Amino acid sequence: MATRFTNPFDALLELQNALEQSRFSDWLGLSTTAYGAFPPVNIFQQGDDLVLIAELPGIKKEDMQITVKGDQVRIAGSKKVEYDEKASLHRRERVEGDFDRTFTLPVQINADEVKAEYRDGLLALHLPRAEQDKPRAIEIG
Amino acid sequence: MTESKALDTVEKKELKTREELTTPGRYFVPNTDIYETDKALVLTMEMPGVEKDDLDIKLDRNVLTLEGHINFSKYENMKPLYTEYNVGHYRRSFTLSNDIDQDGISARMVDGVLTLTLPKAEEAQPRRIEVAS
Repeated sequence: MATRFTNPFDALLELQNALEQSRFSDWLGLSTTAYGAFPPVNIFQQGDDLVLIAELPGIKKEDMQITVKGDQVRIAGSKKVEYDEKASLHRRERVEGDFDRTFTLPVQINADEVKAEYRDGLLALHLPRAEQDKPRAIEIG
Repeated sequence: MTESKALDTVEKKELKTREELTTPGRYFVPNTDIYETDKALVLTMEMPGVEKDDLDIKLDRNVLTLEGHINFSKYENMKPLYTEYNVGHYRRSFTLSNDIDQDGISARMVDGVLTLTLPKAEEAQPRRIEVAS
């Protein structure tokens, strides 16, 4: 996505198309969970760092555990959808249950600087790349 | 390794409408649960990424349309590397029956979940019938 967008509506469509096109990328071939598990996760690159965004609407912060070690990120928890006993259910499309996903990333993450934010049903993890993992320029003596 | 079966994600359903849209951008159908209590019909819809102010609820001649817009400016300098879901606006319409008291409809949005309460009109609420002796 190197082009600059002038029309704001085009930008959204470009993003949506880019998401669809990279759908079947083999980038996380070494991940420990199968493709298509819950919750759905998108991983973006922002400069040197990675941003992981998961869709988890209607979940409480205490019901989620996030752990980071080396190049692995683990998101576990349980999503509950509860209704009053006296309610009569007409339609049920929302998904609920336990989840536990581990991602092996291609770069080492600085675990101390990871920031997690949960807002409007989206869990966003800002994963900065570890200093020793960044490439260093070599001077020719 | 837990005993429970791992949850499977269902892909987002794209909205297919008879009318075409004049602005680009894809619309998806938000997952909805509908349940009924004595007093009201309640809808809970999942629209992750939609803020309260970007929600649009319209009622026109018994058709209730809910639209949630995504603010994509936070994705501006992010390059997708691994994607499992698409990001887009949400829209869904429902036709209400005459049993709903349309003036009393209320909505609440918390953590990407919209709870819409449609109170039942007086005549539609369950009533006990007394048996004369």
